[in-house]
Amino acid sequence: MAATVPAGGRVRGAAALLLGCCAAALASGVQDQAEQFFRSGHTNNWAVLVCTSRFWFNYRHVANTLSVYRSVKRLGIPDSHIVLMLADDMACNPRNPKPATVFSHKNMELNVYGDDVEVDYRSYEVTVENFLRVLTGRIPPSTPRSKRLLSDDRSNILIYMTGHGGNGFLKFQDSEEITNVELADAFEQMWQKRRYNELLFIIDTCQGASMYERFYSPNIMALASSQVGEDSLSHQPDLGIGVHLMDRYTFYVLEFLEEIHPASQTNMNDLFQVCPKSLCVSTPGHRTDLFQRDPQNVLITDFFGSVRKVEITTETLSLDSDLAGFESKLPVDELATEPLKYAEQLPVAQIIHQKPKQKDWHPPGGFILGLWALIIMVFFKTYGIKHMKHVF
Amino acid sequence: GAMAAAGLGLVLLLMAGPSPGGGAGCGRDSLREELLLTPLPAGDVAATFQFRTRWDAELQRGTVSHYRLFPKALGRLVSALGVKELHLALTQGFWRTQMWGQPPLQAPAGAELWVWFQPTVTDVDKAWKELSNILSGIFCASLNFIDSTNTVTPTASFKPLGLANGTDHHLLRYAVLPREVVCTENLTPWKKLLPCGSKAGLAVLLKAERLFHSSYHSQAVHIRPICRDASCLAVSWELRQTLTVVFDSFSSGQGKKDWSLFRMFSRTLTDACPLASESKVYVDISPKNKEKELLEVTPAPTSVHEAIVQGEKRTYAVYDLLSPSLFNTSRSLNVQLKWARPQDSSEMPTPILHAQRYVGGYGLQTGQICTLIHNTHPYRAFPVILLETVPWYLRLYVHTLTIITKGKENKPSYIHYQPAQDRRRPHLLEMLIQLPANSITKVTIQFERALLKWTEYPPDPNHGFYVSSSVLSALVPSVIAMKDVDVEQSPLFTSLFPSSDGSSYFVRLYTEPLLVNLPTPDFSMPYNVICLTCTVVAVCYGSFYNLLTRTFHVEEPSRGGLAKRLANIIRKFRGVPPL
Repeated sequence: MAATVPAGGRVRGAAALLLGCCAAALASGVQDQAEQFFRSGHTNNWAVLVCTSRFWFNYRHVANTLSVYRSVKRLGIPDSHIVLMLADDMACNPRNPKPATVFSHKNMELNVYGDDVEVDYRSYEVTVENFLRVLTGRIPPSTPRSKRLLSDDRSNILIYMTGHGGNGFLKFQDSEEITNVELADAFEQMWQKRRYNELLFIIDTCQGASMYERFYSPNIMALASSQVGEDSLSHQPDLGIGVHLMDRYTFYVLEFLEEIHPASQTNMNDLFQVCPKSLCVSTPGHRTDLFQRDPQNVLITDFFGSVRKVEITTETLSLDSDLAGFESKLPVDELATEPLKYAEQLPVAQIIHQKPKQKDWHPPGGFILGLWALIIMVFFKTYGIKHMKHVF
Repeated sequence: GAMAAAGLGLVLLLMAGPSPGGGAGCGRDSLREELLLTPLPAGDVAATFQFRTRWDAELQRGTVSHYRLFPKALGRLVSALGVKELHLALTQGFWRTQMWGQPPLQAPAGAELWVWFQPTVTDVDKAWKELSNILSGIFCASLNFIDSTNTVTPTASFKPLGLANGTDHHLLRYAVLPREVVCTENLTPWKKLLPCGSKAGLAVLLKAERLFHSSYHSQAVHIRPICRDASCLAVSWELRQTLTVVFDSFSSGQGKKDWSLFRMFSRTLTDACPLASESKVYVDISPKNKEKELLEVTPAPTSVHEAIVQGEKRTYAVYDLLSPSLFNTSRSLNVQLKWARPQDSSEMPTPILHAQRYVGGYGLQTGQICTLIHNTHPYRAFPVILLETVPWYLRLYVHTLTIITKGKENKPSYIHYQPAQDRRRPHLLEMLIQLPANSITKVTIQFERALLKWTEYPPDPNHGFYVSSSVLSALVPSVIAMKDVDVEQSPLFTSLFPSSDGSSYFVRLYTEPLLVNLPTPDFSMPYNVICLTCTVVAVCYGSFYNLLTRTFHVEEPSRGGLAKRLANIIRKFRGVPPL
């Protein structure tokens, strides 16, 4: 009996150990599965970057937007997937002492404009209507592709807005505003049309937190540079250019993004810590209650970068190098019967004797018709119907 | 084995047989690139880049599917929308004809687009709108603002520059956006249309930071059909991308007028574009002083070329980037010009035809547009077509149109006036004016400013509203007879306009754009009115309502809080009346 107990105990111990191992393996398997479940299911990335301010002294808003544009391009989102809206032109502004440049650091260290920039909506095209049309996709049919947001239900969209704002509104070009209700409704339209998988909304204006108060669509995460009642401040002026170059919140976000590379595993919680009150003077805020995943599991590159999954195959493919058959199928150009000629640039005689263009005849309408009808009616009332025989 | 080898050899022979110039594919295409450097009389330097892709294919029939040098974006545009000729220019700055001489190819400030459509296009306006939208996407410019309020159909100017069977002006559309800004985002797609991009050849010099730090920057795209060969029985398509930039070498060169490629572009040339059949740099070394000495350029040019350009005999130093001897001594080519005597360039020859335009009058109600056209030829008179497009909110009074030359009235031989329709069409005024020799012609017309609806003002209405440049087209008589040039053999800058005869050359000039202020309302007034009205209504109605509906009753005075009761007790002790 005494010999079996330790044997049984050993068996039991081994069984317990085995069970424990199985449980651990199962638990980690479940955790992996759970992580897989919470990993983002997006297949493409889009970015809509909007600067809403006009005039030279709002240089910093353009610099803000261009720095985010630059980071987003560097992390992999191509120009065809970025809709960049700049309400005024700072780089080639006559007041710019260094044309074709927009700087974000003083002493002109970093030119965020660069040599390869594609601005989709320029100058007067940046209006509330165009912005909402881009978001909801209700664009006139002749709009070129580069001006459309062609996202689908597996797209992660980054929306960045900067400019002057107030409690519940954002000013567009000093002449109109967009309210937080309109913005929330636009996002709901996007959700109903399944135009996004997840959306990250960043706003850098005064009282920015008021803009995300009214969101009610799922899968939206929002960040703002200041709370209601607070102003977002600008960072530093450059004495050579004469204006403030960037806003504080975006300056520190840019510094944070410079550390990110396409393979980094930094998550959203780090982004929430960017720019504490000591540096930003305003209190940045964020909103994650509408977001299904835990911000801990959301990578920065889910929104700011475009990380593609690449599958490497080892089978070879041979291309047909026989072009002889292709050449014989070329259509032969038909020749004209008589030689063609160039037009005369200033045929004086022909111009002087040009017949005037025949104006298309339009039937009289509106006022003239009414006037004649009145005259005829008065005539017949005065003289009676029997006088009509004089007419016919 | 042997049969396979023979078969392979046959295939290779077939492949090597046709098209030595262009390579396999439908139609042959070739690229020529050229840079023309012209020192201007006032000390500036003008650099004109031209990239010409010529393609022997039938784009109209839409059967083309393989694009090589010709960019696919533009090729698809031409075939899908039935475009016969397309000219798009984006310009920043103004070409000062009086100081700099006649421009090789001028464009008005802002964006200019003029298109001739094929006769097969049924709805020209619809095709025009689609075209401007597509181009706005390609070039990142706000060309989608082109609509009926700024489009006109000229009847005598803007004849086609390419092959044309007849000229039915219903197929022509012309629009200018004077407020359009040109910056790097317009240059980038323009550079991407070049076969070598900006990586090889002459396009390596095109860096935005230097190009926009200039007095004049104009980039253009010209597509037109040309004769394929001398017999002109078949059509080829030509795409010319031109970029003209004028650098102020005097102010940026510390007071010296010497210039070099490195100083202007902060780059030098290292090789030619491998896809180009010709890649040359021309430097105008025509003598500027009385001794008729040619200017000296370093390094030594590969050849010297003489041509008659715009009626004058000019000498050019040619650097052929494809010749092997050029890069023997150094890997990079940096063309430099040093003025031997600084006063050489002070002589400023006046151009034969130049014009100015300005707004006269005072106040915000009326004004007048005055155009001064100068003909400085000593003995020859010639006609000029003046095309003016005025927006509808400046209401022109045609009965006030006066044309005065040398104190006498000058009646134009042809006038076409199309009045504006509010919010639908601009004014169009086209006149053929005969300019007598050595005269100044003044054209004036009065206008009245309209009050726009408050939603029609742009966000910055106090900047003013632009009136686009007038266009002057003329056949200027040349001093020296010019012979017909063979387009393929001569430099590109001599074959911009098709020449008709040797006695005159065609020139198209643009005047300054005008900036006029319209009467601007105070945009805060709606807010003020709402506040005031609501306050008045609230005060009046509220008071009446209170007076009528409020009932009054006597209220027992409250006992007061604890502090008050304690204070009352103390006061009772003191014998003082309570609170």
